Amino acid sequence: MTVGILAAEGVQPIRIALVGPPNCGKTTLFNTLTGGRQKTGNYPGVTVERKSGRLRTPAGHTVEVLDLPGSYSLRARSPDEAITRDIVLGRQARETLPDAIVCVTDATNLGQHLRLLLELRQLGRPLILVLNMMDIARRRGCQISSEVLARQLGIPVVTTVAMRRNGVHELLGQLDALLAQAPTTAAVPMGDWVEPSPEAIRAYHREVERLLQDAVIHEGTPERLTRQLDRVLLHPVAGPLILLALLFLMFQAVFSWAAAPMDWIDGGVTGLQHWLGAHMEESLLKSLLVDGIVAGVGGVVIFLPQILILFLFILLLEDSGYMTRAAFLMDRLMSAVGLNGRAFIPLLSSFACAIPGIMAARTIAHPLDRLVTILIAPLMTCSARLPVYVLLIAAFVPNTLVWGSIGLQGLVMFGLYATGIVGALVVAGVLRLTLLRGGRQPLLMELPSYKWPSPVNVLLGLWERARIFMRRIGTIILSLMVVLWFLSTFPAPPAGATEPAIYYSFAGLIGRTLEPLLAPIGFNWQIAIALVPGLAAREVAVAALGTVYALSGDEGAMTEALTTALAQSWTLATALALLAWYVFAPQCLATLAAVRRETNSWRWAAFMFVYLMTLAYLAAFITYRVALALGLGGS
Amino acid sequence: MNGNDEQERRAFELGCAVGLGFTKPLGLMRPGSVGRILAVQCGDDKRDIERGLLEMGFVEGACVEVLHHGFLGRDPLAVRINQSMTVALRRCEANAVLVGPLLDELSARPVYRREHGIA
Repeated sequence: MTVGILAAEGVQPIRIALVGPPNCGKTTLFNTLTGGRQKTGNYPGVTVERKSGRLRTPAGHTVEVLDLPGSYSLRARSPDEAITRDIVLGRQARETLPDAIVCVTDATNLGQHLRLLLELRQLGRPLILVLNMMDIARRRGCQISSEVLARQLGIPVVTTVAMRRNGVHELLGQLDALLAQAPTTAAVPMGDWVEPSPEAIRAYHREVERLLQDAVIHEGTPERLTRQLDRVLLHPVAGPLILLALLFLMFQAVFSWAAAPMDWIDGGVTGLQHWLGAHMEESLLKSLLVDGIVAGVGGVVIFLPQILILFLFILLLEDSGYMTRAAFLMDRLMSAVGLNGRAFIPLLSSFACAIPGIMAARTIAHPLDRLVTILIAPLMTCSARLPVYVLLIAAFVPNTLVWGSIGLQGLVMFGLYATGIVGALVVAGVLRLTLLRGGRQPLLMELPSYKWPSPVNVLLGLWERARIFMRRIGTIILSLMVVLWFLSTFPAPPAGATEPAIYYSFAGLIGRTLEPLLAPIGFNWQIAIALVPGLAAREVAVAALGTVYALSGDEGAMTEALTTALAQSWTLATALALLAWYVFAPQCLATLAAVRRETNSWRWAAFMFVYLMTLAYLAAFITYRVALALGLGGS
Repeated sequence: MNGNDEQERRAFELGCAVGLGFTKPLGLMRPGSVGRILAVQCGDDKRDIERGLLEMGFVEGACVEVLHHGFLGRDPLAVRINQSMTVALRRCEANAVLVGPLLDELSARPVYRREHGIA
């Protein structure tokens, strides 16, 4: 909207870029500067998130602020950091060179952060240095003379406390002053920029040391709390136990806290279906709306509470600084199969849904490490598999206790999760030894000081996740649902049909064609048909099974009836084979689309599909045959 | 900044430390031990690792303190640099960093003098 108005007036907004190392409070400063006036999108061609926002300076300039990915140096090590470098150098396609660069640093860690500023100063662009987190520095008795720094560096220096609006006013004032003097169109040729050599970095270090010798009046005492916390949280015994406990709490929360909101959504969807059913004429349109769109989209929206709760935990752990500790603790385990400790975070997200997990793999710098992480992310049991697991376990696994206190059903569920994790580790190990050999990225990861998570950051992050998820539902999933409804509705059954309608449809045709292929793993034609719509989203298979077994009624009653129907018509061997299939099968087109977007190639998406299909078939085959041999084939 | 003096001092420091048998790769240091970085060296094929180490603050003259080891195979390491930043790195990269004792009398670095008391 604003863009349109500005364009109409012919006013080009002034653009500034926020640059800074990770953990310097840059994003918090960005949130304070722009508030809710933010836009997020993607840079063309790559999937790095582009965050921008608008603000108005005291002098009345409209400024577009670009929040660039955190980077320790202009020598980019990951796709995120490459964006920072390219924008600062004016090399990024469809992005104009920023009019000014604001370099954000952590005042308590200037010794490391000023180096980036020196690199930026080499570019000769209008530049402001922000000493952020001044409150923490002062509390530790650290005194820094920003005047001395400004004089030595020859650029404006502002001190801020990003969590509050302190210093933001001064920053805007300095920005005005800088914009008033600097010709904003000056194009400095930066094509001859080269990556700093090790010697150049050493020289930067020496210069930082010299600067700080003059500018630091009091060093202050180093932080104690982080050290003391780390003594417990990184303890060789207590550390892993605490991490396990945290993960347990997180999954507990995902499944128990989300139950109520999921029931509401379920109730809302069912209510809508009833209302549509009662108020619409019997027609194809009604069928499309009720059975296709509302049922299909409702079946996916229902996972929003679980995804939000999982992300709440992940955002809190990230913002507090614990996530890097988790990566530290897990690094050795993961490096045994050729993964990086950083892969822990994307894989954790994948338990909610593989798509955000695959997107989170961007923080892994090395392309091969990143690719392996993306390829195994779908093996983490996502929440869409739950309805299928729940249905089959309820139908076939007796609700008894083993070893006194552990429920057998829960144990089977745990086994399915564990199978996925072990499978992922084995696949990663095999990939690392064969296709994706070599090129390991060093860990080299900062463990930032602990801090209280900022509510604004967490809320904005959650809102962002919800928005992305809902947008996907509105686009990809909605259109897939329409296609699937079409496939399972047409052609209509002939007069005097004896089988359920879906049997005669295209989906039925596909299912029956697939049946001979699936017979060795114990699947009947009903399962084969249900797997076809289940390709779009796993949980749709439950609804499809209901259709195949010609059941109707609201979802609760249907699930119950379906449990009985399945228990009567399937053998235990078939049920176990289907569970094994579901642990591996790539039954989610949206995930494949995400892989293609993140790797920028259909080749890897196709590779993932083929390898997961093969694994699923093998797992189901072995399970079925072993179960038959154990005499579980009789119904 | 006098680069030659700096280099000479460093060579002298390195010579002393090596002669006294006090040097150790960072990867072999135990948790709780401290030292000063004497050299960051990787083979010519690993210049990127050298740059990565330098960018994270592992530079000649910096004080390091090994804080923690991972629970499996004592890998990776958490290292505090100059009392201001903690970095996690694997043993194999840490071994590219050669650490000597904190030789206050040889050091011409008043900036970080205070920390030595703590160490």
